[in-house]
Amino acid sequence: MKLLTHNMLTSHVRGVRPGGGFPLRIKATEVKVNNVDFNQEFTARMVPKVEWGALVEAAESLGHRGDLPSEPIPDYESNEDFLRKVHHVLMEVEVVEGMLKCPDTGREFPITKGIPNMLLSEEET
Amino acid sequence: MKKLKLKELECCLQQVDGFENPKLLLEQYPTRPHIAACMLYTIHNTFDDIENKIVADLGCGCGMLSVGSAMLGAGLCIGFDVDPDALEVFNRNSEEFELTNIDMVQCNVCSLSEKMVKTFDTIIMNPPFGTKHNKGMDVAFLKTAVQMARTAVYSLHKTSTREHIQKKADDWKVKMDVLAELRYDLPASYKFHKKKSVDIEVDFIRFSTEKKTNEGMT
Repeated sequence: MKLLTHNMLTSHVRGVRPGGGFPLRIKATEVKVNNVDFNQEFTARMVPKVEWGALVEAAESLGHRGDLPSEPIPDYESNEDFLRKVHHVLMEVEVVEGMLKCPDTGREFPITKGIPNMLLSEEET
Repeated sequence: MKKLKLKELECCLQQVDGFENPKLLLEQYPTRPHIAACMLYTIHNTFDDIENKIVADLGCGCGMLSVGSAMLGAGLCIGFDVDPDALEVFNRNSEEFELTNIDMVQCNVCSLSEKMVKTFDTIIMNPPFGTKHNKGMDVAFLKTAVQMARTAVYSLHKTSTREHIQKKADDWKVKMDVLAELRYDLPASYKFHKKKSVDIEVDFIRFSTEKKTNEGMT
């Protein structure tokens, strides 16, 4: 699971406050860093779309934040150095094994072989 | 990135592994490489809705459409499916093709939450046709897809349901264009298929989620 994917996942287990269930806390037991071709245009387009705070927090919790700033910098579109850092965190850092934890209910979602399992039982929805 | 020809794409997609034990309840019919390649080629070349885009594949199964989207230069393609067995095959496929712009999530597609509204540029899918035990599943998938897409949804639907789908598209205020009518050969994957394969007529449809503008202005 890439952190870009994580940035879009929400828990919708029963009991989540309206608009809540986000961001899911990551408890990783295995993390890997892949080489992914840098795509500047795509990365620049993602900057305003991701929940920045959640991204920084996720990267931090995995020990891979590096020096990613707590806010996107001005004129980021043309700053390759900054976009490479964003690319690294969004696309290259992957959680292989671990858990995602709903911030509201504490429900845990397992991540196995890189795939988060967000399925809920009928009673939970 | 290198331009991939239609034939080359189809050739590559022939290497994508399919379902080991297709599940009837989930209507796990594979998307044939030929159909997948034609769909993706059109989406890429005619509409430019893949390269550098964030793409979702709903009911991705073993990942035929995701693998193709990743090959055509998607920024990231995320496959969503309820079935862990299919996702395991998908995972192997993406490793064999050494694709790094792919990710997958196990979930119930129809309950993808409100947080996902307009989070993807493009949705590409071959949803369950909503027959047999799955009545209405095609529309449930489509409704989710239309909510998630910023630009467009590409989907396959039985030609016999076109009017019904058009009505839904009107209700949701999305523009619907039938791009092609295909003959979809369902291989006899299940015991109840007596013939070797069954041809059904399928529409390849683009739904664009940008607001309709000129409608009713003339």
